[in-house]
Amino acid sequence: MKLSIERGTLLKAVSQAQSVVERRNTIPILANVLIEAEGSEVHFRATDLDIEVVDKAPAQVERAGATTVSAVTLHEIVRKLPDGALVTLTDDGANGRLSVTAGRSQFNLATLPKEDFPVMASSEYSSNFTADAPVLRRLFDKSKFAISTEETRYYLNGVYMHVAEADGGKVLRCVATDGHRLARIDADLPAGAEDMPGVIVPRKTVGELRKLLEDDDTKIAVSVSETKVRFAAPDITLTSKVIDGTFPDYTRVIPQGNTRKMEVDASEFAAAVDRVATVSSERSRAVKMQLDEDRLILSVNAPDSGAAEEELAVAYGDERLEIGFNAKYLLEIASQVDRENAVFLFNSAGDPTLMREGNDTSAVYVVMPMRV
Amino acid sequence: MPALCRDCLTQFDDGARCPACRRPRITRHPELFQLSIAHMDCDAFYASVEKRDKPELADKPVIIGGGRRGVVSTACYVARIRGVHSAMPMFQALKLCPDAVVIRPRMQLYADISRQIRAMMEDLTPAIEPLSLDEAFLDLTGTARLHGQPPAVMLARLVKRMRDELGITGSIGLSHNKFLAKVASDMEKPHGFSVIGQAETADFLRDKPVRMIWGVGEATQSALDSAGIRTFSDLLRWEQRDLIARFGAMGNRLWHLARGQDARRVASDAPVKSISNETTFAQDTADPDLLDGHIWRLAEKVADRAKAKEKAGRVVTLKLKRADHKLVTRRQSLRDATQMADVIYRNARALFDQTEHKSPYRLLGVGLSELCGAEAADLSGDLLDPQARARAQAERATDQIRQRFGDDAIVKGRALR
Repeated sequence: MKLSIERGTLLKAVSQAQSVVERRNTIPILANVLIEAEGSEVHFRATDLDIEVVDKAPAQVERAGATTVSAVTLHEIVRKLPDGALVTLTDDGANGRLSVTAGRSQFNLATLPKEDFPVMASSEYSSNFTADAPVLRRLFDKSKFAISTEETRYYLNGVYMHVAEADGGKVLRCVATDGHRLARIDADLPAGAEDMPGVIVPRKTVGELRKLLEDDDTKIAVSVSETKVRFAAPDITLTSKVIDGTFPDYTRVIPQGNTRKMEVDASEFAAAVDRVATVSSERSRAVKMQLDEDRLILSVNAPDSGAAEEELAVAYGDERLEIGFNAKYLLEIASQVDRENAVFLFNSAGDPTLMREGNDTSAVYVVMPMRV
Repeated sequence: MPALCRDCLTQFDDGARCPACRRPRITRHPELFQLSIAHMDCDAFYASVEKRDKPELADKPVIIGGGRRGVVSTACYVARIRGVHSAMPMFQALKLCPDAVVIRPRMQLYADISRQIRAMMEDLTPAIEPLSLDEAFLDLTGTARLHGQPPAVMLARLVKRMRDELGITGSIGLSHNKFLAKVASDMEKPHGFSVIGQAETADFLRDKPVRMIWGVGEATQSALDSAGIRTFSDLLRWEQRDLIARFGAMGNRLWHLARGQDARRVASDAPVKSISNETTFAQDTADPDLLDGHIWRLAEKVADRAKAKEKAGRVVTLKLKRADHKLVTRRQSLRDATQMADVIYRNARALFDQTEHKSPYRLLGVGLSELCGAEAADLSGDLLDPQARARAQAERATDQIRQRFGDDAIVKGRALR
């Protein structure tokens, strides 16, 4: 195999590959990226056995062929090469080395046989549809903060992507929760997605997917089966197993009868929460919200380190209310609001609180209060 | 020789019976009224509580534990005579004692009673170090002037109050340090009062096995065996530096203990870094139901001790030792610190399920670490488990009412049965 490729193109392809590769590996080949050159294209393939990513990049292929090298090492080398350099990868198949040359730099990297590289079995996808990158970006960006890291409830370690019934008909919906907060984000249902099985997309896959969605004009081909999900951009294909478990019935968690409504400028609110939380060194910082007519007092009282209080003008016309939240959770949901005011709907100090943006019900958040 | 009647608290010098009430429950010791470090241990605590509430069980063998968990938590003395002991698989216990009455533990009730005992102990001294719901060290040094009575009398009064007011019996060990106090409380169970004085310490220890030291388990014992150390007199032959070289910090401690020395304070506020309990099985086991039973029992114990110390933890650990002594430990961080047995069990059980089970196990342990105060525990509810929230709220409300109006202000219905 011999090919030449522009450094920037190579870096982009290899960086996606190395982020999929697990840092600590007991199986050596899993640390490697499979490089396959043919025609005028080179494919970079990496896997951790749960996720597989394939990057396609244009290259001048002199001699077709394939080999595998350490993804992390190759990435580090390419990263340190000067911008605009032309990189040549040569593998003569004889000495078990891949030579990487660029200008006056030359590297020889140990290779492992391409035959040993595990390629994810292709499967039948029962549902195929196309979605615009910004749509998927919104669905996953606004829900991923609520993904659980608790391995005891592994079925919460991802975003539940499924078709749901909303007021205006069927929608493509993403839900994530860790038991303390929940995000439910809806988008118009793309044509062809009607019969999609609901799948739990693992946290790592959500992170990798994000890299496919940077460009607003990209169209993503989405394929879903009971066990796998595939997202394909023109240059990158991401295939992932989905979490084998049942996502809990989240609909009963979303409060329906919360009537005490507070409307507040989201960024002012977030900044104030952030400020008062500074005095507490506790890991779970509790912020107390005291609501009175059109007035909100945020306060933190940390016996060991100090106290803080800040008053905010809000729109609130209900009875007096005192309720506590984890500051981090409040900040996270407040930062999801980007256009309008944040609307909070409370019930009592012990019940889940609902938050949405203005009157938009296509993105709702639920957060559990804390005892203060 | 100074003597004390434990029934009427009369102090006297001679005679086999109390000169005042003529009863024979006497503790007699030359140093009886000088010693002040004590260990109080309730007798078959959970079983005693159940027998108290159901007098018809008084003379029956009672085993606490069971359900699908399948492990003995506590066995009453009647059952113990038949060979039943805690941590024994339930089927084995029932084989030894087919007529036993098996009762599921009512932890909340036991915790309530423990709190009442704690309050009684606080009348004696502020220096209390609870080890679990049913045992604690007490340091009564310097309290004689305050109470107008030597520590021994106050301790006898404590167990008498426990029996009269709560219907629970306990055993007291009285000595000049924690190690010996703990040893002593075990000498005359149940309803005992044993004393180990300064003068007799060396004689007392000489032929005792080192295994009786709290903290010397299977592993230390086999290390000691290979060094030819079985009894305290074996230990006395070793130089301090040799013991340290061979056993590290434990060696230093052994050197002092061999001489009856133990300088640890009775400290209610000693910084606790983790709380854990473990058990070594009589026979290696791979039986998932049995192991599950142990996980539950140990989770309960850990929660128990956390509550006694008013602590909560953010990390749950599971420790497993395979038959080939290979140690496997798994940990799970929690979002919210906890002291609930239910939460500890759920997490430990999940860790167990995630472990690859290659061979039978000889040991299992459950622990709680990254501790914080109980006030920071279980603060936020679980969206997906509304029941848990309701339970926690009820418990907290109960605690608040008790704090304000006393322990009897609110009692769970089942505690009245």
